[in-house]
Amino acid sequence: MIKELTCITCPMGCQLTVVDKNDDGNFEVTGNTCKRGPKYAINELTNPTRVIPTTVVVRNAMLPRLPVKTAEPIPKGKIFDAMKVINQVVVDAPIKSGDIIIENLLGLGINVVSTKTMAKC
Amino acid sequence: MYDIAIIGAGIAGSYIARELSRYKLDIVLLDGENDVGNQITMANSAIVHAGFDAPSYKLKGKFNAAGNIMYGKICDDLDVPFKRCGSLVVAHDEFEMATIHDLYKNGLKNGVPGLKILFKDEVHAMEPNLSEDICGALYAPTAGIVSPFELCAHVAENAVDNGVTLKLNHMVTAINKVDDYFSITTADENIDAKLVINAAGLYADDVYEMVGEPYFKLLARKGNYFIFDKDAGSLVNSVIFPCPSKNGKGILVSPTVHGNLLIGPDASPVDKGDVSTTGEQLDYIKANALKNCPALPFKKIIRSYAGLRNTPVADTFTTTDGDFILEESPVKGFINVAGYESPGLTSIPAVAHYVVEEIVKPLIPNIESNPNFDPKVRPHLRFEELSDEERADIIKKDPKYGKVICRCETITEGEILDVIHRNAGARTVKSVKKRCRAGMGRCQGGFCSPRVVEILARELNCSLDEIMYDQQDSTYILAGQTKSAKEEA
Amino acid sequence: MIYDVVILGGGPAGLSAAVEAKKDGAENVLILERDRELGGILNQCIHNGFGLHTFNEELTGPEYAERYIHQVTDLGIPYLLNTMVLDLTDNGDLKTIHVINEEDGYTVIQSKAVILTMGCRERTSGAIGIPGYRPSGVFTAGTVQRYINMEGYMPGKEVVILGSGDIGLIMARRMTLEGAHVNAVCELMPYSNGLVRNIVQCLDDYDIPLKLSHTITFIHGKDRIEGVSVSQVDEKMKVIPGTEEYIPCDTLLLSVGLIPENEITRNAGVEMDDRTNGSVVGELRQTSIPGVFACGNVVHVHDLVDFVSEEAVLAGKGAAKYVKGTLDTNVTFTTVNGNGISYVVPQQVAMKNVEENVTFYMRVRQVFKDRVVNAYIGDQLVATKKEKKLLPAEMVNFKIAKELLAQYPAGEIRFVVEEAKK
Ligand SMILES: Cc1cc2nc3c(=O)[nH]c(=O)nc-3n(C[C@H](O)[C@H](O)[C@H](O)COP(=O)(O)OP(=O)(O)OC[C@H]3O[C@@H](n4cnc5c(N)ncnc54)[C@H](O)[C@@H]3O)c2cc1C
Ligand SMILES: Cc1cc2nc3c(=O)[nH]c(=O)nc-3n(C[C@H](O)[C@H](O)[C@H](O)COP(=O)(O)OP(=O)(O)OC[C@H]3O[C@@H](n4cnc5c(N)ncnc54)[C@H](O)[C@@H]3O)c2cc1C
Ligand code: SF4
Repeated sequence: MIKELTCITCPMGCQLTVVDKNDDGNFEVTGNTCKRGPKYAINELTNPTRVIPTTVVVRNAMLPRLPVKTAEPIPKGKIFDAMKVINQVVVDAPIKSGDIIIENLLGLGINVVSTKTMAKC
Repeated sequence: MYDIAIIGAGIAGSYIARELSRYKLDIVLLDGENDVGNQITMANSAIVHAGFDAPSYKLKGKFNAAGNIMYGKICDDLDVPFKRCGSLVVAHDEFEMATIHDLYKNGLKNGVPGLKILFKDEVHAMEPNLSEDICGALYAPTAGIVSPFELCAHVAENAVDNGVTLKLNHMVTAINKVDDYFSITTADENIDAKLVINAAGLYADDVYEMVGEPYFKLLARKGNYFIFDKDAGSLVNSVIFPCPSKNGKGILVSPTVHGNLLIGPDASPVDKGDVSTTGEQLDYIKANALKNCPALPFKKIIRSYAGLRNTPVADTFTTTDGDFILEESPVKGFINVAGYESPGLTSIPAVAHYVVEEIVKPLIPNIESNPNFDPKVRPHLRFEELSDEERADIIKKDPKYGKVICRCETITEGEILDVIHRNAGARTVKSVKKRCRAGMGRCQGGFCSPRVVEILARELNCSLDEIMYDQQDSTYILAGQTKSAKEEA
Repeated sequence: MIYDVVILGGGPAGLSAAVEAKKDGAENVLILERDRELGGILNQCIHNGFGLHTFNEELTGPEYAERYIHQVTDLGIPYLLNTMVLDLTDNGDLKTIHVINEEDGYTVIQSKAVILTMGCRERTSGAIGIPGYRPSGVFTAGTVQRYINMEGYMPGKEVVILGSGDIGLIMARRMTLEGAHVNAVCELMPYSNGLVRNIVQCLDDYDIPLKLSHTITFIHGKDRIEGVSVSQVDEKMKVIPGTEEYIPCDTLLLSVGLIPENEITRNAGVEMDDRTNGSVVGELRQTSIPGVFACGNVVHVHDLVDFVSEEAVLAGKGAAKYVKGTLDTNVTFTTVNGNGISYVVPQQVAMKNVEENVTFYMRVRQVFKDRVVNAYIGDQLVATKKEKKLLPAEMVNFKIAKELLAQYPAGEIRFVVEEAKK
């Protein structure tokens, strides 16, 4: 099996070629600039994951929405389920960047964290 | 029961309302839109014509120059940006020079002051960016440029200041003549009035047909335009017309009173309400504008738009002859101000005076003056035009003038609040834009429109998604909140 | 009080420049920002993808901004929020900055040096003149980004995006996550204007079609937008008749480019470069007015914030040197964009100010594969940079060592795209 992929780990966007000679999960990756490339490629072929950046409702802050993200990438197939959970959350200012907003999202062992500090007002 | 109902709050209806408010009358001004001046008055060339083109036997010829002369004073009273920048009709050959001589003679008949025929050198001395091919021109020093949005808004404001009742979102759908008054049907209420003035612009024929047998028809003829960035605003100093032909005045190049540059319009018949711009027509305008002004920087275009002329069709309805229709109609007490096309903006001060004094007054016995009539509006503060000291002063008085909302045009929150809270005030993003230019600049509201939406919502005490861009309900900006309205505190 | 360095704009460029100027010995530094918080455009860019070069971590926009805001507060650099700079005037040794805000009203600030970091703005629909109606529901992508991410409002549910700039791509995903349906992204050029990674993670992930060589030929809907006509274009970007397709939508997003915001710069009389729409700058981002520096998107549009911060460090250094009187003003080299290159920044280099190397930022005019970018002085090849793929959307940064440049006489450095020599 041979597969062409674009590494999306960083904005370099390296064109990766993944070869799995015996179709036994022994992947050989070329085209990467750094070692994150192969890691991404293998992940993408076996268990593709993404970080989701989004917002939750926040009260008593300068703005009505607080930006958040999943602290780790979550499986691609779970993105819309995750959004459903995230959309239900309401938090109150003050909040610090990095504060945990949702613990153990969908039982994945991954938290949703705040990405902005918002004072109470 | 009102004494007079005016249907249509474009420049014609609004101005006539304001002139009528000089008298002790109960006047209602109705419009189907949610802002005044939201149809023809909003999309035109914005030129205060000198008045040399219409034949003197027409109403157009009679009122154009007369209206022009009144502009200085009314724009002073109503605090409307207006500039007498003069106009040139340019000629490329002897044939066109002959037309220019004819225009000159006609202008003298119409009483246009200061007309002068210029030689090639004089033209280029005045307008160095015009084509070398131009061999002469007719110069009309009294021609000017105005802000039609502000003119109409301030006229309506002044009318309301002087006692006129303005009812927006009141689309007239039927009119019944009952004994000696009219009963006017709108979606929300019936309005009774002794006299009706039909100033419904492009729809004046439809409105008239609600009470009378048709004797004129209006044809929509579209004109497309381009607006250029202020960087290009000084390419010409005066309004540049090509030599007129059978097809009309042709594609003009003009500065705008706010310092932009405008080119257009073409003319093609369309359905009423079709204000879309088309690719071919826009190309046609560019090509024709280039003939007189080869240096036009098309890269600096910030906006295109189109307006609809309300041209009376002369052939089948012989009474009009392509002229303004200003008269009491065959239906007693029902006055038509129709076929009111160019130079309608220019003529309005004179036309309104005529309609009030010569048509309405004879119909109302013992009319009394309104002793409280004030011809002036409260001055509009334009932050960008203030000196440093004045700026410091005004912010001290009202800190909201210290907050710039539209960065392209330097419009402050203070100015936006002002246009919202005046009589005939702004309720939509577009009506704010028309009154104080927030969103008219080179970023076309990209930066300021979310902030304007926020201010409108706060001042009108509603949520952001209730604020419209333009027409009621159908021009929503935001479709609701994210997170499906989880907000509630 | 007379400041040493005043910074116009509190985005990432302004923050880094302030920090560097202060570290390099400028005492009184002040940041002026018109928004209600520091951080600039990053506050609305809540997606991840910032700072991989600088912090070796993938941060979101607000997180990246916060790192620099902390540095600013740690160094005790003062800043004024909700403060709009209206004008900058040059009185020789002192610059006068005219500002307004609600508390202090109209005030005038004086400074020895000024750094311009006003960022950029989005190009708009009018500028590209799409025929049709002018209904509501047509937005620039950045405006929608602000509505959704900061105000929490959705502009609509059925979306078409014109232009494949990064903001448009990011918003295609963002709107999909918030429950909207993105019908298509149309791009006039035969290639995307956004980063490849954004095509993969924002479009491909959600099966959003990218229609290259397509443009919108008509906007339908008198009141609210109801749909768009989309047509294919040929190599000359002319519409191919018969390819028209109607796509219904209630929202049109424009992501058709950014323009540096240089009103203040132009009014101050700074020399501008038509190619970048920014000012002409030197290696330390000095402009044609001594004491006025510029960096970030106000100089040229960057695709990565990391390079903005990098450039801002140069401007901060330059301003500090200027204040201390150690900035050399003798230009050694000017740069030229040769074949295949649309612009080069900096446009000038004064070698005495260079520490170890000079990084030249440039963009290519079209897509190239397996080419090199060569730097020539006269007809001598000075340096080569190999690239597997050159895209107009991705800025090339070409670093040349000081020692190398020092071997050549003063003159022009010309950058060209060429076939790789075997
Ligand atoms: C392309 C173009 C260029 C022009 N250039 C110039 C120029 O440079 N100089 C110049 O002097 N003149 C110019 N004119 C002419 C000038 O713009 C018009 O004469 C003038 O604006 C017409 O004003 P109005 O009030 O009659 O019409 P409008 O402004 O259209 O007002 C009519 C009002 O009636 C309302 N209405 C309609 N039907 C109903 C109903 N049933 N119920 C309730 N309300 C209703 C509408 O909502 C509208 O607000 C130009 C016109 C066009 C089209
Ligand atoms: C929507 C978007 C998405 C992006 N996505 C990515 C990404 O995924 N990864 C990445 O690495 N990079 C990304 N970038 C690029 C990067 O974020 C920008 O290049 C960077 O933010 C530019 O920084 P700046 O300081 O030059 O400009 P800005 O961030 O725009 O800051 C300019 C500041 O100056 C202020 N200002 C302007 N004029 C005045 C005035 N007259 N008075 C006072 N203040 C003023 C503004 O309010 C603003 O705060 C993105 C850019 C945009 C626009
Ligand atoms: S391989 Fe490394 S350098 Fe290339 S895109 Fe992936 S993370 Fe970036």
